[in-house]
Amino acid sequence: MSADYFSDSRPYEVRWHGRGGQGAVTAARTLAQAAHLGGLGGATASPSFGAERRGAPVSASTRISPEPIMVVSQIESPDMVVVLDQTLLKDDEVIGGLGSGGWLVVNTARPPDRLGVIGDFSVATADATAICRELGVMVGGLIVVNTAMLGAVARVSELVALANIEEVIRRRFSNRSAELNLAAIEKTYRTTLIERRP
Amino acid sequence: MKANSKKQDASQMLDGNRAAALGAKLCRVQVVAAYPITPQTPVTEALSEIVERGELQAQYVTVESEHSAMAVCSSASLVGARTFTATSSHGLAYMHEMLHWVAGTRLPVVLACVNRAIGAPWNVLNDLQDSMSQRDTGWIQMYARNNQEILDQIIQAYRIAEKAYLPVMVCYDGYTLSHTDMPVDVPSQDAVDGFLPPYKAHTILDPTNPKNYNLVTLANPRLNAEGVLCHGYMEIRYLLQEALEKSKEAIASVGREFGDLFGRSYASLLWEDMMEGAEIAIVATGGLAMEAIVAAEMLRRDGIRAGVIGLRVFRPFPRADVLRALQGCRLAVVFDRSISYGNEGTACSETKAALYGTGTNMRVHGFIVGLGGRDVKARELAGAVKRTLSLTDRGALNSESPEWVCEI
Repeated sequence: MSADYFSDSRPYEVRWHGRGGQGAVTAARTLAQAAHLGGLGGATASPSFGAERRGAPVSASTRISPEPIMVVSQIESPDMVVVLDQTLLKDDEVIGGLGSGGWLVVNTARPPDRLGVIGDFSVATADATAICRELGVMVGGLIVVNTAMLGAVARVSELVALANIEEVIRRRFSNRSAELNLAAIEKTYRTTLIERRP
Repeated sequence: MKANSKKQDASQMLDGNRAAALGAKLCRVQVVAAYPITPQTPVTEALSEIVERGELQAQYVTVESEHSAMAVCSSASLVGARTFTATSSHGLAYMHEMLHWVAGTRLPVVLACVNRAIGAPWNVLNDLQDSMSQRDTGWIQMYARNNQEILDQIIQAYRIAEKAYLPVMVCYDGYTLSHTDMPVDVPSQDAVDGFLPPYKAHTILDPTNPKNYNLVTLANPRLNAEGVLCHGYMEIRYLLQEALEKSKEAIASVGREFGDLFGRSYASLLWEDMMEGAEIAIVATGGLAMEAIVAAEMLRRDGIRAGVIGLRVFRPFPRADVLRALQGCRLAVVFDRSISYGNEGTACSETKAALYGTGTNMRVHGFIVGLGGRDVKARELAGAVKRTLSLTDRGALNSESPEWVCEI
C-alpha cells in the first residue's frame, strides 16, 4: 500500500452509489473490513442515513486510514466514487466533489471513453452485470454486482489488497456462495478497463 | 483511541448497536426488556438472537412499550437481577416517568440511549435532545464518541451503577455511530468477568423476607411502626443528589481500573484533546467531540491554539474538571446538538455555570448545530470558532443567545 493515498492526514474516502437492494452498504462494509484485516488502524463504513427503499437511489461510504478515523460527518470530497448502476450517473450529485486524482468506477458495458462523464478524474469501467449474470451471482432472481465491483476497486487502487477482500468474502459467505462471489470478483478485476486522467 | 497491537486478534469491525449489544452480553445481563425503535432496533434484535442462541443466560422480556420496558427492568432489578434496556427518542420520552422511579428507587439499571431527534416534526436522525431532556431524572449520563467507547462504557456502567446504586444511561449518536462500522477491540469474557463480578444487591425484594418499597412518603421525617425515625421525601431526595455528586469518584476510579486492565483509560470524566497550551476550547458532546478534534487540528494549522473538551460524563456534571480544563483559555466555544428552548444550548449553560464565581474573564459562546441529523463538518466547526474569535477580539461578541448554524 502506498503512502500517497494518505497525504495531508486525510482518510481515503470512497462513496458508493447504487439502488436499494444492490448491496451498496454491504460493499462499503466489506471494503472497510478488508482494510481492517490488512492492518490499517482506521476503517469506517456507513450507509446513507434514514429510510431506504428497494430500487431507490442509495449511497454508502467507506473511509480508510492508517490512523483511527475521527471524522463522522458525511463525505464531501471523495477520492473514489463507485457506481453500481450506470443510470444513476444522470444525477450530477453522484460525482459531486470528485476531483483531480480521484477515481470514478462504474458498472457498465461501456469503456471509460464512451461513458460521457466529464471530469478531471480517472475512470474505470467493468461489466459486472454481465459477469454476474454469466456466473449466476444472484439473490432472489436479481443480479447482485456489489461484490464483483470490489474487484474493480482493487484493480484501480492498491489501497486494499485483493487477497484481503477475498478473505472477507470467504469469512462472510458459505462455500458455494463464496466461490461464486470470488469468481465474479476475479473476473471483474481482470476485465476492468481503465482511463487515467490527467 | 490508539489501536492496541497486543489485542489485534480481538479487534472487530462493529457498528455502534452491535457494540452495545455485545457490551451487555459481556456483562452477563440477566434480564433484557426493550421495545424496538429506530435507530436502536438492531440492539434489541442482536440481544434477542444472542439469548435465543443460548449464548447468554438471560430472560428477554418482550413488552408493548418503553414505559413497560423500564417497569420490567425496575422490577427485575428489585429482585436482584442485572438488567439492560435500550431505546431512542420518543421511546425514551415515553419512559420518562419510569426513569424517575428507577433513580428514586436507586436501582442499578443500565440503558443504552441511541440518540435521535424528537418530534414534531418526525425525524429519525441524530441529535441529543432525547437524552438531554432526561438530564434531571437522577440518572448518570455518559456519552460515547465512537463505538469502542460504547462497548467500554457499558461494561463500566454496571460497575458504577452497582457501586453507587444509581442507574446509568450510556448515550451514543444514532446512525453516525449506531449504524457505522469501525474497529472495536472486544475484550474476552474472562477479562470482563474479572472486572465485573456478579451483581449482589444489598437488599432485594424477597417473599420470605417481606418488605415495602416506595411507600407514600410524607414531607417530614416520621416514626415507623417500630418507632424508628425514617426519612421524609426530601431527605430521600437529598441522598439521591448526594449519591450523584459522590458517583464522580466512582466513575473515575472504575474508569482508571478499566484502563489498567484493558489499556484504555477512562479515569477522567472529560476527554481532553490538544488542551495543553490551548487558549481556545471547543466544548462538545458525543461524536461531535471527535469531529471537533479534526477542527482543532485545522485551527492549529492556521496558528490558532485550539483544543477540545469532550463531555464524557454529563450527569453528574464534572464542574471541577471543566474548570480545571479551561484554565488558561480565553474563549470556550460550545457546540450543542440540544437546546433548552427559551434559553440556550444544554452544555453551554452548564459550562457557563461551572465558571460562575471564579472571577474569570473568559468568554463562552454557544452554537446550536446538527439538529435532526443535519451534517456537522469539522471545517464548519473551525469556521464557527474563527468567527467567534474575530468578534471576541473586536469586543463585539454577544453571547446572550445561542447562534444557530442553519439556513435562517
